Amino acid sequence: MTATTVILVVGVLVVLAAVYISWRAGRLDRLHIRLETARAALDAALVRRAAVCMELAASRALDPATSLLLAAATHEARTAGPEEREHAESDLSRALRAVMDQERFRERLAETPAGPDLVAELDTAVTKVIYSRRFYNNAVGVTRQAQRRWLARTLRLAGHTEVPSYFEIDDDEPASFAQQS
Amino acid sequence: MRVGMVCPYTWDVPGGVMAHVRDLAEALIADGHHVSVIAPAADDAPLPFYVTSAGRAVPVPFNGSVARLAFGFLSANRVRKWLREGRFDVLHVHEPAVPSVGLLACWAARGPIVATFHASFQRSRAMSVSAPVLHTALEKISGRIAVSDAARKTLVEHMGGDAVLIPNGVTVGRYADAEPLPGWGPDGGVIGFLGRMDEPRKGLPILLDAFTRIAPDRPGLRLLIAGPGDAGDVLAKVPAALRDRVGILGMVSEQDKARAYHSVDVFCAPNTHGESFGIVLAEAMAAGAPVLASDIPAFNKVLGEGKAGALFVTGDAASLAREAAALIDDPARRATLSAEARLAVRKYDWSTVARDVVRVYETVTAVAAGGVEEEQATRVPEGARATGGEAR
Repeated sequence: MTATTVILVVGVLVVLAAVYISWRAGRLDRLHIRLETARAALDAALVRRAAVCMELAASRALDPATSLLLAAATHEARTAGPEEREHAESDLSRALRAVMDQERFRERLAETPAGPDLVAELDTAVTKVIYSRRFYNNAVGVTRQAQRRWLARTLRLAGHTEVPSYFEIDDDEPASFAQQS
Repeated sequence: MRVGMVCPYTWDVPGGVMAHVRDLAEALIADGHHVSVIAPAADDAPLPFYVTSAGRAVPVPFNGSVARLAFGFLSANRVRKWLREGRFDVLHVHEPAVPSVGLLACWAARGPIVATFHASFQRSRAMSVSAPVLHTALEKISGRIAVSDAARKTLVEHMGGDAVLIPNGVTVGRYADAEPLPGWGPDGGVIGFLGRMDEPRKGLPILLDAFTRIAPDRPGLRLLIAGPGDAGDVLAKVPAALRDRVGILGMVSEQDKARAYHSVDVFCAPNTHGESFGIVLAEAMAAGAPVLASDIPAFNKVLGEGKAGALFVTGDAASLAREAAALIDDPARRATLSAEARLAVRKYDWSTVARDVVRVYETVTAVAAGGVEEEQATRVPEGARATGGEAR
């Protein structure tokens, strides 16, 4: 084997390795973008749910105790810091369940002028929280796995990106939703 | 006087506010007033004759913890019916800022309304946020009562305006007589403590220190401790040789609490600070236990500057040890203190406290034209108007 052949083989190997690494890095980058997008969608869904809850609380269609309960939970969720957010959003889900699962609540709300629209909007908002959270957590799972791989760790392909964490909340929908569908 | 009283928390689960409402209602009834209480409760729950159920309470997150509250159209209708049928001279709502029957009652009623504020908290953002909802209801309250300085401070800071201070009472009769716990005193050597064992400001470590100093010279001396906390942590602070002379009951029922007060020769309240009113002290006095307490201002006052109970220098284990030893060695003085305590505690009995509450009722009803009526404007929630309201 001549020196030229050796250089050629090594050269080809280096090129192949470079292509592979840049492909892996590109994949990780795409995963990070997907993660960011999912996170933004989840944030939007949560904010939207809070907005609809606040509108319901202020709608005068409810008795003041129910209004206050919902308004308080919504406010807590909206103003919670990153540390308390999962807790506060879970509390909002629970408060919403307690409110919506009152006897004949949907029927009564539907009788008010703004009622039917509010109910439909609320259904959408609650469902979108469930969907977007699932998508986000999927993205987190895949990204974490990719970041943990030997190549990614050794070559620090993820750069300074932190390991993403799952968003764990209680987002079960009110029982009256389930009955409907 | 016909009084309608509203308790926002469920009657099924014992709690501070519920106990306050119960004791106040019973004291007012004993005083010849007509009292009707409405509270959340399961429909099949056994209720005293004066309590009406506002419907089942639902556990919901509120203000950082889970509370059992009643809200919604169903509860609103029950409150309204109760108001209509009760024909009350005055409506007395407890914790009206909690989203439960109290708020509903304020909203649905018109006329003389008195409210008692119990809670004290640093953080109540929710209160200001939903201000519009709250304001309409709270503006109708003509007389405000706070049960403690802390509750009053919370009220002033978060809602503005002031309140009169009327502290909790003690049902002296409930503690006056009880069978001592088996195996305990009074035998001339039992020192008692009641309160959270793991909360330093309740002062248990100071008492343990004092006990360790005087117990070796007095073989009959024992310590009886009741209250929530970890028993192991407490025993670790006592030398091994003395450990079998320390009895730890943990959390006790109301009955056992009364019995515990009757099982001691000296009841010790070593609190370092913080008590706005020594409810535990007052209970022990009602049971006729000779009291030895730290000389914080609240205790000093309740004990008549030492006339109805001995005092020691707050936080000073040596002073506590000295006073405790003196009391244990002087049965005659203990008998005097016990008699004085029973006399002094009458001032804190619910019957006395209820009289102050009646004065508040009289103040707000004196200028009002009539009694409590249903607010017609809120009669039918807007949503239900189309189908004929509360007939459901």
